[in-house]
Formats: sequence, C-alpha cells, structure tokens
Amino acid sequence: MNPASITRLDLVLATPEMFLLAATCVILLGDLFLRDRDRWITFVLSLLTLAGVAWITAATGFTERTVGWHGTYVADPLSTLLKIVACGAVAVAFLYGHGYLQVRRILQGEYYVLGLFALLGVMVLASANSLVTLYLGVELLALSLYALVAFNRDSGIAAEAAIKYFVLGSIASGALLYGMSIIYGVTGSLELGVISNAALQMPAGQIGLLFGLAFIVVGVAFKFGAVPFHTWVPDVYHGAPTPVTLFLAAAPKLGSFALAFRLLAEGLGAVHATGWQDMITMVAVLSIIVGNVVAIAQTNIKRMLAYSTISHVGFILLGILAGTSQGYAAALYYTITYVIMSVGGFGMIILLSRKGFEADSLEDFKGLNARSPWFAAVMLMLMFSMAGVPPFVGFWAKLAVIQAVLDIGSLWLAIVAVALSVVGAYYYLRVVKLMYFDEPTDKTALQGGGGAMRFVLSLNGLAVLLLGLFPGLLLALCARVIP
Amino acid sequence: MQLDWPILSVLVWLPIAAGVLLLLVGNRGLAVGRWLALAASLATFAISLLLWREFDPSTASMQFFEQQPWIGAFNAWYTLGVDGISMPLIVLTTFITPLVVIAGWTVIEKRPTQYFAAFLILEGLMIGVFAALDAMLFYVFWEAMLIPMFVIIGVWGGQRRVYATVKFFLYTFLGSVLMLVALIYMYLQGGSYSIADLQALPLSMREQVLIFSAFLIAFAVKVPMWPVHTWLPDAHVEAPTGGSVILAAIMLKMGGYGFLRFSLPMTPDASRELDWLIIALSLTAVVYIGFVALVQQDMKKLIAYSSIAHMGFVTLGAFIAFEIVRATGQVQGAAMGLDGAMVQMISHGLVSGALFLCIGVLYDRMHSRQIADYGGVINTMPVFGAFMVLFALANAGLPGTSGFVGEFLVILAAFKANFWYAFLAAITLILGAAYTLWLVKRVVFGPVGNDHVAQLQDLNGREFFVLGVLAIAVLALGLWPAPLLDVMRPTLGQLVQQMMMTKL
Repeated sequence: MNPASITRLDLVLATPEMFLLAATCVILLGDLFLRDRDRWITFVLSLLTLAGVAWITAATGFTERTVGWHGTYVADPLSTLLKIVACGAVAVAFLYGHGYLQVRRILQGEYYVLGLFALLGVMVLASANSLVTLYLGVELLALSLYALVAFNRDSGIAAEAAIKYFVLGSIASGALLYGMSIIYGVTGSLELGVISNAALQMPAGQIGLLFGLAFIVVGVAFKFGAVPFHTWVPDVYHGAPTPVTLFLAAAPKLGSFALAFRLLAEGLGAVHATGWQDMITMVAVLSIIVGNVVAIAQTNIKRMLAYSTISHVGFILLGILAGTSQGYAAALYYTITYVIMSVGGFGMIILLSRKGFEADSLEDFKGLNARSPWFAAVMLMLMFSMAGVPPFVGFWAKLAVIQAVLDIGSLWLAIVAVALSVVGAYYYLRVVKLMYFDEPTDKTALQGGGGAMRFVLSLNGLAVLLLGLFPGLLLALCARVIP
Repeated sequence: MQLDWPILSVLVWLPIAAGVLLLLVGNRGLAVGRWLALAASLATFAISLLLWREFDPSTASMQFFEQQPWIGAFNAWYTLGVDGISMPLIVLTTFITPLVVIAGWTVIEKRPTQYFAAFLILEGLMIGVFAALDAMLFYVFWEAMLIPMFVIIGVWGGQRRVYATVKFFLYTFLGSVLMLVALIYMYLQGGSYSIADLQALPLSMREQVLIFSAFLIAFAVKVPMWPVHTWLPDAHVEAPTGGSVILAAIMLKMGGYGFLRFSLPMTPDASRELDWLIIALSLTAVVYIGFVALVQQDMKKLIAYSSIAHMGFVTLGAFIAFEIVRATGQVQGAAMGLDGAMVQMISHGLVSGALFLCIGVLYDRMHSRQIADYGGVINTMPVFGAFMVLFALANAGLPGTSGFVGEFLVILAAFKANFWYAFLAAITLILGAAYTLWLVKRVVFGPVGNDHVAQLQDLNGREFFVLGVLAIAVLALGLWPAPLLDVMRPTLGQLVQQMMMTKL
C-alpha cells in the first residue's frame, strides 16, 4: 500500500484510533517527566483521552457500513457502539483503580498507557474487516493485558498468573493464526467479505474450511475464556491486582465479542449451520455448566466471579450460536450488560479493600449491611442482576438470549440455560447472605476508593436497576446496530 | 369503571416508593420511619377500598385498565387491570400489610426500618403480580417478590434461617424459570406477551401439555402442592412472624392465582386431560398432609402443614370443574368449585395470617414455638385464648366462619363430580378439626403448664387491635360471603367458558 493511495475517507474512518494512538504516546512520554505525587496528571490526561476518543467516535459515527483502507477496515454502527462502550468501561476501570494503586504505591503511568493500548486493540477488533486486522487487534490487546496482569512486579502470584496467561494465550493466538492461514489458503483472501462469498460457493462440509474453522473457534473460545479453554481465567482473575482484574473483565470482553462477530458471523456466516454452530453449542453448554457449578466451591470472591464470568460467556455464546441477527443482538446486549455488572462487582471488592488487605475473600463481605447499607444494597443489586433475577438488567440479557435460542427451536438449550442459572443463583445468594444475614467481623468504615469512585460505583449500581426497569432503549440500540 | 387517575399504578408504586424512602431514612429515623410505614400501608389500604367501591361487579372484563409502552424489542407493555379474581386478592394484600406493620411495631429490634421497608416493597410487588396483564410484567413482579422475602426470612428469621431462605428462594426460582421458557415460547408463537392474547393463542395438544407442565411446576411450588411443598414448613418456621403471615396469607395465593389466570385459560385442553393429576395431588395434600400436621410438635410447623392441606382445596376446586362437566354433561354448576377455591384463598389468607400472629404473640413472650412448652395459656391470657380458639375453629372450618364457606363449596362441587372425591375431601373436616383442636387443647386449655406460662401477660392494645380486626373479617366473611361471591361471579363464569372452549 503506497501512501498516495490513502484517501480522505480512510483517514476519517480511523480517526478515533489515530487520536488514541497519538494521545497514548504523548502520555507515555509525558509520564516519564512526572514525579510520583504528580501522577494524577497522567490519570486526568487518560480520562480526557478517553472522553476525546468517545467523542470523536460518536462524531464520525458511520450510520452505514463503510469499508476503507483497501478493505481491511470497516466502520459501522456496531463498531461505533462497541468503541464508545469500551471507552466508558476503560474510564470506569481507571477511576475505580486509581485509589487502589495509589495507596499501595504501585501507581505507575504504564497502568494507564497499557490500558489505553489495550483499548486500541479492542477498537481495532471492533473495526476489523480482514484476518490480518483482526489478528493485529487480538495481539495488541493480549500483549497489553499480559503486561497489566504482571503489573505489580513484587507479587509472586501476579507473576505466576501473567506467565500462565502469556503461555496459554500465545498458544491460543497460534491456533487462531493457524486457522486464519488455512481459511486464507482455502478461500484465497484475507478480506472477510470475500471470504464470506467464497465460503458460500463451496459445497457444504468442505474439509479445508472446517479444518481452519476448528482452530478459529479454539482461538475465539480462548479469548472469551470459555470451557474447555478457560483454565487461565480463575488464576488470572485471582492473581492480577483487583483493578487489572476489573479491567480484564470489561473492555476485552467487548473485543472478544467483536472478534467472534466479525470472524464467525461476517466472515464465516455461510458455514454457520454446517460448521461452527455445533462447536459453539458444546463450548457454550460446557461453559454454563462448569462456570456455574465450580463457582459454588470458591471461597475467594475474585475466583468466584471468574467462574461466574465463564458462565456468562456461555450465555453470550448461546446468543452467537443462534446465528440470527436477533441472536447476535442478544449476545451484544448480554456483553454490554455483563460489562456493567462486572465492573460494579470488582469495584465493590476495591471499595472494601485497603492497604495491606485485599478483601478478596467471600468472608470479607460479612455484615456489609451493618457497615454500609447503601453499598450493601449496590452489591445486592449486582448479585441479583448477575443471577438473572428481575427487575435487574441481567434478567433481560438472559431473557434475550433464551428467546433467541428458542427462536431457532432449541428447547433443550433453553432449559439447560435456565436450569443452570438456578444453580448459579446459589452462589450469588451466598454473597447476599454474607452481607445481610451475618454480623460483621470487621466493623470499620469502608476505606477503599475516594469520593469520585463511590459516586460512580453508586451510579453503577443504579444503572443495573434502571436499565432493568427500562430495558427498551438499550435493547433497541443493540438490535439496530446488528445488520 | 374508570377513574381519571391510575389507581392501580398508585397501589403498586406507593408502597414501593415509601419502602425506598424508608431505606434512605435508615435506622436513625426509626421513630419517623415506623409511622411512615404505617401511614403508607394504611393509605394503600384506603386506596384499595376505593378500588373495591368503584369496581363494577356486573362485568367480567378488565377494569381500571392502564397501558403504557414498555419494551419495544419484546413487545412487552406496562399493562395493569383487575377483574373479579384479582381485585379481592389485592384488597386482601393491602388489608394484611398494615396489620403486619402494626404487629412488628416494637417487636423487631434488629434494623427495624429495613424490616418495614422490605414489607412495603414486597406489598407493592405483590399487588403488581395480581394487577399485571402483561405476562412479562407479571413475571418481573413475580420474581422480584422473592428478593424482599429472601431478605426478610434471612435477616429476621430464626435459628436455621439461612437454610430455610435459600431453600425457599431456589425452590421458587427453579419453578418460575420454566414458566419463563413457556412464556417466551408462546410469545414466539403469537408475538405478544399480553395475557389476553396468550389466552386466545391457539396451541396444539403437545404444546399445551408442555406449557401446562411448565406452569404446573411454577405454580405447584408456590401453592405449594404435594410433593413440592417441603420448602414451606422450613420457611414458615424460620421466618419472623410478619414474614410467615405474608407468606401464608398472600404469597401462597399467587400459585392459585396463577392456575386461574394462566394454566386454565391458556392451556384448557391440557388442563382437561390432566385434571386427574391435579385432583390426585390435591387430595393427597388434603389427606396425607392432614395426617402429617397431626404429629407436629412445633406450632408454626403445624399451621404450615395445615396451610398446605387447605391450599389443596384451592387446586381441587379449580380443577374439579372439568369433572363436573364430565359427570353431569352441563356447564351449569361447574363454577361452584372455582367459587369455593376463591373464597378458600381469601379465607385462608385471613385465618392462617391470624393464626401465625397468635403464635407470634406467644413467641414474643416465651421465645418458644414448641407445643410442649405451653399449656393452660387461657388461665393467664383469657382474651388471647378466646381469639386463638376462634381462629382455630375457623381453620377447622366451623360454620359461621370464613373457613367453612370455601371448604363447603368445594366439597359440594366435588360431590357433583364424584362421590369419592367428596368423601376424601371431607376427611379434612375431621382431620382439620383434629389437629387444630388438639393444638388448642394442648396450648390454650388445661392447667397452667409451667412457671413461664403462669407469668404471661395478656394481649396489649396493639395486639388486641390486630387480632380483633382479623376476627371481624373472618366472621363477616363466614356469615355473609355474598358480597365477595357477587364480585367474582361474572369473572369466574367467563373463566369456566374459557376452560370449556378448546384451543386445538
């Protein structure tokens, strides 16, 4: 590609990413000149960058599907929505994490820089229209996350988690790349649109296509953290510093959704029924079962939420495997609501923690209602929402997915899903039990997080309730951005 | 009848708003909070009386109808309305809640404002269940209701409260998620969640049987029917008095209401084919659970089992109509069982609520629910003894009390269908008398059992008021049930027609 062939449209298409990249580099360099007590400047600049990216994305928001950069990059309403939500998720993660890192004296500018690079990866994934762009996004995101997990360099458990994540993640990336190369060999193109057309022409059960597909599904399932490629999830969630866990649980999930949607729906939609539907069905059902059942045995709340994430991922995959636009919309809706709930959940852990005390054991939530009725109520809403009890937003996400599954006639999938959400309710109820029914062992006031964090966390809890009482808007938005 | 303001929305949201306000006030504002809770619950009751007065008993159609768009993507609407089935249940709800607030006035020591707030929020949600005319809205209220009840049993309950409340939640949650699948399935067939549309939706026999089974699980757990009743004795025993009262008086009625609103009109053919199942389960509940109640050592458990037996009458009365038509070949008289079921629901709400309050009165003084710890209470608490005997007799179905009317109507309807049904159902009159009167004998009568009983204080003004109001209601409904029957008649008549019409 020679520079002269770049059109104005191409530039407009990628403005948010270019702005983000430039701003991140500025922050990276600028941070070198800051002393530790001036680190708040990096924090504020990062938040401003996020606001700027979100604003540019919204302002350039393409209402029509527009392809640029020689077919490698696409902007459509879906990418716009994913990017804006990702900016919000990253901003909330920064906000919740700031105080935590500060009191532990591990607040480095790199936390923000790596976070912003990860966001860039998510945004590239959201806009990818070719296998290479997708892989670029995947790696940019993954490398930033590996480094973030190891962010607290003095923590052995974090280093272990990071190595585990890195090794397994590299294998998964390899599988993904291998699958992509086979798809390229079979269809003769890297561009998703061309691949889609080529796949349509092929006879059902074309062996090369299915072979490549299997590796691609492995890669996608790994990035999501779905069973049986989930073993990294509990260890990484547990080992990483809580703000990093919070980060991991939010924006990257949007990236995983984009990866799955672009690759499986847009690129390989033709082999949905004959190829990946059955594979994803197995992965989804296993995730829901393993996630919900194993979560019951956890005593560490970060591990519990990790297994809960696995089961939520199973639900997201249920929407995707339906293969209908209704199903994709349901999966997107589920992903967004999951992000809202999980940042709230990990935010609560940060709120309960203080210097030298992580509050990551379930027991640490004992008697929260006596210590802070309001934040106990926030956690109660989050837990019931994750369990899928109305009137909270998690219920509508489950409803949308189950409706999509029933729509393709899979009654048994719907029954498995609802039956296991009853199993899942048990461990969420246990958190409520600890907060409300038990007396606190530690009667001190909550110390984690400043006023800003408490305010946003309160809004976070209210959002779970309000989006549950009035789910129509977000549901309609998700349905509209899926073509 | 139509008022120019949305009375049903006010009934649903006023208590919820008051409950949230109460949570914001917190325990520091207990003095104000208590009065706020009482005022809100009394205001709700007053509004529901207005609802009753303005209700037009001559029509079966939905009244006080409200409709607002809610979720476009699912075509779900915020639709409220009442007919002759739901209106009396709403009035029952608003009548019981202030009594629960008064009964808990000084008794609750742990986080009292949260206690009152939970009951107010619960009240609004329960009214929402009865008033919702959109299946999705119904489901949201139905499930949301579990949250305050979970907290009520878990925070203010007895020794094994955590076990009991988790069991309660998971049991009912499991029941209702299958109903959700059935509702979504019907939505995908008809494109609407409106209950009226779902009732009109044609369904094949196979679909009906599956949907009926899903509903059956949901409602049978709630009623509760034998053999999925095991959560109820645990929940009742461990719940605080107010929780037991609401559970017995109103939440059990949700199951019966669900049968009348969903199962019977939406899957009439499956109901007709499978009515033997419900009748068999109901008779099992009536007879077997009656014997189980006889051997209980714990007063609350005894009343809990008696509730299961009495709710067996509700399901029996609801499904006996098919047998009547089969036996007599005509639709006339088929509604009698439904009449009985409805009266039984209201009556059981009053009587079981009152009995749990009586046990609460004793428990507050002695901190024991064991029958063996009492004896001769009448010597030290004569006024209480009189109330306890009255409610016990009502529970046994003595003529002149509300308990008699419902049981009598259901047994009469069973006679029309089959002598042996009636024979088995009538056994409850003997068993019911046996376990309640034996309870009264052991607790109330006889010589003073021990020193603790000898020091008991009789009812205070607050307790006297609560039990007195309930006694008046029990007697009024028993002596003159006509107003209640008149309100329900057109709706139940229409329900019988829906039941007899095939959807195939």
